[in-house]
Amino acid sequence: MTDLILDVHNLSIDYRTPRGKLKALRNINMQIPKGKIVGIVGESGCGKSTLIGAIINLLASNAEVVQGGVKLADDELFELSNKQMQSLRGDRFSMVFQDPMTSLNPVVSIGNQMIDIQYRDKISKKEKAAKAAMMLDRVGIPDPESRLSQYPHEFSGGMLQRIAIAMALLVEPELLIADEPTTALDATLEVQIIYRLKELQASQGCSILFISHHLGVIAELCDEVVVMYSGEVVEKGSVRDIFHNPSHPYTQKLLQCDPAAIKQKTRDLPTILGSLPDLIEVPKGCIFAERCDAATATCYEQRPKAHQLNENHVASCHLLDEAGALYA
Amino acid sequence: MLNFLEARDVRVRFRSKSVIKSLIERDDDPFLDAVCGVSLNVKPGETFAIVGESGSGKTTLARAITGLVKAQEGSIRYQDKELIGLSNSQFRPLRRDIAMMFQDPIGSLSPRQTVEALITEPFKIHGVKVDDYAEEARKLLAMVGLPAHFASRYPFQLSGGQARRVGVARALALSPKLIVADEPTAGLDVSVQGEILNLLAKLQSELGLSLLIITHNLSVVRHISDRMGIMYLGRFIEQGKTDEIFEQAKHPYTQALLSANHDPDPDAHSDRVELQGEVPSLLQRPSGCEFHTRCPYVKDICRTKVPEMTYSASGHEAQCHLIETN
Repeated sequence: MTDLILDVHNLSIDYRTPRGKLKALRNINMQIPKGKIVGIVGESGCGKSTLIGAIINLLASNAEVVQGGVKLADDELFELSNKQMQSLRGDRFSMVFQDPMTSLNPVVSIGNQMIDIQYRDKISKKEKAAKAAMMLDRVGIPDPESRLSQYPHEFSGGMLQRIAIAMALLVEPELLIADEPTTALDATLEVQIIYRLKELQASQGCSILFISHHLGVIAELCDEVVVMYSGEVVEKGSVRDIFHNPSHPYTQKLLQCDPAAIKQKTRDLPTILGSLPDLIEVPKGCIFAERCDAATATCYEQRPKAHQLNENHVASCHLLDEAGALYA
Repeated sequence: MLNFLEARDVRVRFRSKSVIKSLIERDDDPFLDAVCGVSLNVKPGETFAIVGESGSGKTTLARAITGLVKAQEGSIRYQDKELIGLSNSQFRPLRRDIAMMFQDPIGSLSPRQTVEALITEPFKIHGVKVDDYAEEARKLLAMVGLPAHFASRYPFQLSGGQARRVGVARALALSPKLIVADEPTAGLDVSVQGEILNLLAKLQSELGLSLLIITHNLSVVRHISDRMGIMYLGRFIEQGKTDEIFEQAKHPYTQALLSANHDPDPDAHSDRVELQGEVPSLLQRPSGCEFHTRCPYVKDICRTKVPEMTYSASGHEAQCHLIETN
């Protein structure tokens, strides 16, 4: 299978803690096809960051891969040596972080940082600078040549994030991982960034793994969506499947909770009652049963199977056992 | 009727250069106006929302109202008492009535104090006699929907939503009449965000509080506020009833903000007003209409002439040349 750029298969990761093993990720399966934008939605504590850590192979020292693996095209990442892994980072995949203020080095000029990141290319420094300027121009930074000599503090937050995106795409990666790239930005700048990302993705043909808790942004940008809850993938499918036919109760609730989706003015906003389960002693049934309105006795006892609702729409819920797919 | 909280032409200036530097450079105006002539009026029991992007001066305005920064010009009257020019000790008794909830839920709680100590601290600061602090803490925790055993927890043992509730309890301790909440839902997940907003709404109707909420999240504003003001570069460019603004925003900036809030639906067609460029620096305010550098409908007059504020009968006001010509 080479049409997948990223294949996370049956991945489970534990963290060693004083209280015992915290099962942060359990049997994660998710794929990113070539040239697609895949979004991960989930609230804090759902394991998004651990998953990214696993993909770029930079997990905390107390993390332990229990089973499964991550494949980048044909390479099984956990089988690579540190050195081989290092050569992939910033070459075949690159990353845009949440906070542009802290992800750039404050004492090195933008130009030098953008030249540094091309250290693998065997072209002259001048050519690298020209490439950097061209990239800055493409992300919409006016007057890019003179801006190269400026330092991060001379740019606004929105510009810095665009510079970070320019840097990440400068190496022409196969996969761009964007970890909440618009969270630290204002709404109108967020729109700019989304448009730029879409344009660049279309012209470079890379795949993007886009992590966000902002449902509106996911709906607009992504082709496919993975919904995570408490260390599991509860539902995944095309963006239309997820937003028009949410089949897991958690996805349904999450969509209902978004105040942007509620058109009538209300003083009583929907919430998801309860709190996240303890991941040291993982409940043996469905992970969402505690907070689910439709939970039955089975939900507390047995883990739900993943139901294939259509070609790429999968949801793990007992309610789908009988009803089958929600599609007619 | 007494005005509850009324601000007129409030201006907060910060020095942007040191005294010596401004003397050397012969700069006789080494200040920047973070809040630049803002007027607003909050009625008893009402929720007023201040909306704007980062750097628009919304937090500074809130801090001026709670007396945490000094406003240089204008007037802020609380129940017909002038707040501007009060010394710290004169302001202190007023803080019983005007409580503030700060932005960062965990960062605004001392990590070394238990929840009980944190929420009863206002009594100690204001010298309010309380017979049983533990009992008072229990009452406050019950009000914000936290179990009583949370009293012995420390902030690091709280989730973001729980820390927010403690923040609400702390603000409620002295039974204030006005709560100023700076980004009460920033950093919270959508499912928890609803809980906090519902809690504030419930407390407001039970206790008859007025709320002044500062936020950049427009989808939240629609549900919780009665009236709102949109800030840009330290000024209100549009102000009015929330419903009216959502229905018919007059200022292009408000329209852009509203349309930036994408519907969570992949098929929602977006006829969105995309803004170009960056927020201008407060040190170099644009000429004419300050929004003209990013406005998609900019005309020649916008670059030179400051637009007048237009008022409608319902109290909807906006500042834009395009409205005048219509």
